[in-house]
Amino acid sequence: MSNFAIGDFGHLCIILSFVSALIATIAYYKASQASPLYLEKKEHNKEFISWNWFARISFFIHALSVFGIVFSLFSIIYGHRYEYHYAWSHSSNSLPWYYMISCFWEGQEGSFLLWIFWHVLLGLVLIKVNKTWESPLMAVFCLVQTFLASMIIGVVIPLIEFKIGSSPFILLKDYLGDLPVYNVNPSFIPADGNGLNPLLQNYWMVIHPPTLFLGFAATIVPFAYLIAGLWQKQYKEWVRPALPWALFAAIVLGTGILMGGYWAYETLNFGGYWNWDPVENAVFVPWLVLIASIHTMISYRNSNSALVASVVLVSVMYLLLLYSTFLTRSGILGESSVHSFTDLGLSGQLLVWLITIAVLVLILFVVSLKYIPTTEKEESVYSRQFWIFIGVAVLCLAAFQVLVTTSIPVYNALLGSVGIESKFAPPADQELHYSSWQIWFAIGIAFLSGVGQFFWWQKVDSKKLWNAISIPLILALLITSIILVSGQIKWLEVKIDKVSYILLLLASIFSLFSNLSIFFNVIKNNYRLTGGAIAHMGVALMLIGILYSSGYSKTISINTSGLLYSKQLSNDENAENILLFRNDPQRMDEFSLRYKGPRMEAKGFPGFLDKDFLVQLEEPGKMVTRKEVVYDGKVFYKKGDTINVSPENTFYEVEYTKSGKDTFNLFPRLQKNKKMGSVVSPDIKRFAGRDLYSHLSMVPVEEEEREWSKPEEFFVKQGDTIFINDFVTILDEMERITSLPAIKLEPTDIAIRAHIRILGKEKTYRLHPIYVIKVSEGNVVGIVPEVNEDLGISVSLTGIDPKTETFTLQVSTSQKDYIILKVIEKPMINLLWIGTFLLIIGMTMAIVRRYQEFKLMRDKGMEINLSKK
Amino acid sequence: MKTSHIILIVIIAVAIGVIISTTGDASKYVSFKEASEMSAKGDDDKVHVVGKLKKASDGTIVGMFYNPVINANRFEFILVDNNNEEHTVIYKNSKPQDFDKSEQVVIIGSMKENLFLADEILMKCPSKYEEKNLKAEAL
Repeated sequence: MSNFAIGDFGHLCIILSFVSALIATIAYYKASQASPLYLEKKEHNKEFISWNWFARISFFIHALSVFGIVFSLFSIIYGHRYEYHYAWSHSSNSLPWYYMISCFWEGQEGSFLLWIFWHVLLGLVLIKVNKTWESPLMAVFCLVQTFLASMIIGVVIPLIEFKIGSSPFILLKDYLGDLPVYNVNPSFIPADGNGLNPLLQNYWMVIHPPTLFLGFAATIVPFAYLIAGLWQKQYKEWVRPALPWALFAAIVLGTGILMGGYWAYETLNFGGYWNWDPVENAVFVPWLVLIASIHTMISYRNSNSALVASVVLVSVMYLLLLYSTFLTRSGILGESSVHSFTDLGLSGQLLVWLITIAVLVLILFVVSLKYIPTTEKEESVYSRQFWIFIGVAVLCLAAFQVLVTTSIPVYNALLGSVGIESKFAPPADQELHYSSWQIWFAIGIAFLSGVGQFFWWQKVDSKKLWNAISIPLILALLITSIILVSGQIKWLEVKIDKVSYILLLLASIFSLFSNLSIFFNVIKNNYRLTGGAIAHMGVALMLIGILYSSGYSKTISINTSGLLYSKQLSNDENAENILLFRNDPQRMDEFSLRYKGPRMEAKGFPGFLDKDFLVQLEEPGKMVTRKEVVYDGKVFYKKGDTINVSPENTFYEVEYTKSGKDTFNLFPRLQKNKKMGSVVSPDIKRFAGRDLYSHLSMVPVEEEEREWSKPEEFFVKQGDTIFINDFVTILDEMERITSLPAIKLEPTDIAIRAHIRILGKEKTYRLHPIYVIKVSEGNVVGIVPEVNEDLGISVSLTGIDPKTETFTLQVSTSQKDYIILKVIEKPMINLLWIGTFLLIIGMTMAIVRRYQEFKLMRDKGMEINLSKK
Repeated sequence: MKTSHIILIVIIAVAIGVIISTTGDASKYVSFKEASEMSAKGDDDKVHVVGKLKKASDGTIVGMFYNPVINANRFEFILVDNNNEEHTVIYKNSKPQDFDKSEQVVIIGSMKENLFLADEILMKCPSKYEEKNLKAEAL
């Protein structure tokens, strides 16, 4: 009988976390009402003190119960408790512990839990660092937390039969109640789980989701400061504490998005790091708006302008974040996304959440609008605010464009709900659709981030501006021209020829130089203030990296052998895949490619194992070596050792030779994925100036499905010569052997091995088919054929006539082993990664600076504004 | 007219442009019949057609052809749309992984005479492998 205590404990913790979050919301609300921020603090306000303590205690209970949920779920996964649906569905016996952490968030419930968990940690930090803001801030915070907790509560309201949330502690039996096995054996527990999707068994998938969800969670902090500010009549004061948190959220969310892109680049066969998939877009849009809001907040901190814009942008950012949660988790994206979550029946609940928050924000905004200070004066064209404002407008338009197209499935659903049938589909060429807009926004952003930075000193007149701007501008023009000319005369590989691309290159180089000059100017006075310049240089480098690696990504696996695959299809414009026969070199661009054969990976072995030297045993993942395996002079396995390989992964070794001498090998992967079918992953060769990205574009034919010709029989004696497929073949000798891989021989058994030589065009192949008579088992005959993959020939020794000393050889032929490969070149992709690092460093410096400002004012007790009466 | 007004007008203009281009670029889910009508009218907009693979009564796929040794970049199959109309689809690329297992196929491209030239193929594969496995294990 199973013990369900752990699941019951977990579910109890969920309910407790929901209730305590609700109580904390109410208590913090009461505390805020008892002592509003805009009134002079009364000493010993007993009502406030008691509500505030009550709220804190509730929040601590909430925190403890969330830790309890995390503990229970993890121990269910760690203990292989397959009576629970979550463990069965996401983990398996053979999973190492670090991937068990990934199981935790593979499911939708677990990812909500991760979000809740980060909120708890952030909430504790906020309580710790705040002196005055705590109660209104945490009231907003706990309200959102209550909504989140309701997503995993998994309770059915009696009478109306409405299910709230989906609990991760549901039993397998309750999930798949209709299985016949439960009638026979009600306490049936599967022996093994379904396992974590092997695609996610990657170190990036251990760190990408937590980073992304920390970013998601952190966006609530600026939002909660804003709402608390409007509510408590701190119309301006909310900006100072919100700014470092907005920067923190932007950095973490941005890093999370890029990690996802990098994982996709390394693991999937999309051919790139960004696919304009709705799930990617859904997070990208709020991130862009978050970046825009950071700029208006900085503008406000410097010159008291753009406060209304900051209020609007922070609210919109959070609503968009909730909208993206709705998009990815309601199942509304359906066919338009490869990796949206399945619908858990939470869409109604998500919609209620989204609409509630939106209505609250709208009401609060309308009520407070007249109190939010605005500047009446028109901003001069020579002011910093003006350029920041334009930049923000460009960022918002970029976000708007992505949003409008990504929401296409939503329009169908909306029209459908009012009875109008609409059949809009996403654009047929998404990449073209998005990039044709986004490149112009990128040009604007690069140009503005170059110009805007010069207005460091509030106001500059036209003469000063031109003095400062001329040198970076001239340099940028010069370098861009050099790059263009070098492309024309083929000094550089990439020839840039589109107007928009040239402009993007120019604007990015300009931004790079102007921010560099700002950097040197500022660092003389105070290095702490260089964060902005560094971050903008990062953006410029990223844009150049994207321009080259995506704009000039080139498929080089075009059939250049001079050999037409088919005469009728000679004008095949889309021939992006190359066919490689085993050990038959092919030219491709500047390389000569040779497919060397399938390889396996084994635990504890540093390289790849040749599959031809391994014999598969019945149990998957167990193979026996045919030969001694030596790596770097060290013997790893002896002949006949049984080793554990990863059965789902096969690697296809391809040797690349450049101009006859530089050689490297790539190992693109094929994964037999239990959850997704066959998945191919690329292998990437990284050069300083470009990446070479190769993946299989068709799954090779399975061994069992391979078609062999009808066997042809030859009766030969030792030393005889025959012809197989026109190749001269010689039976050199026969040998009696005493041991065999994968078959146990008794001393009485007889095993004969033939030594056969096939004279190929370029080399001689040796084959050793074996004939076994198991005398110990009543003269059972065993035949071990040998296949030569280079020639597509299989030879078996099927009979021995001792009288005439004649041997029977059976020969079948088949399609030679081949793979189909696609190779893409990605120039300058390293600039994208370098730029990313600069952006992260620059923004981190900005966080430190803005947090110090907040701390200084907090410690002086000047955080808030008392209304003058 | 103040500078801010001009900027506002520009922003609104761009936003309208974005909406127009989205409606213009947006594709449509259509049947083969509609796709043929479009191509007959000379409208070569790319469309989405949803359908299933043509199968014989014993479940084997009919009319599928891919021989990488002859041409690795040409894949042919027959798709039956939701109105039971069938057409040969030509995809000038390699055969997608697990194509045979797909329950539903979405093709993006346009009709040319009696053939559908697909630029992209999306597949919906059965996601409930797991339950089948469990059923097998439990038996």
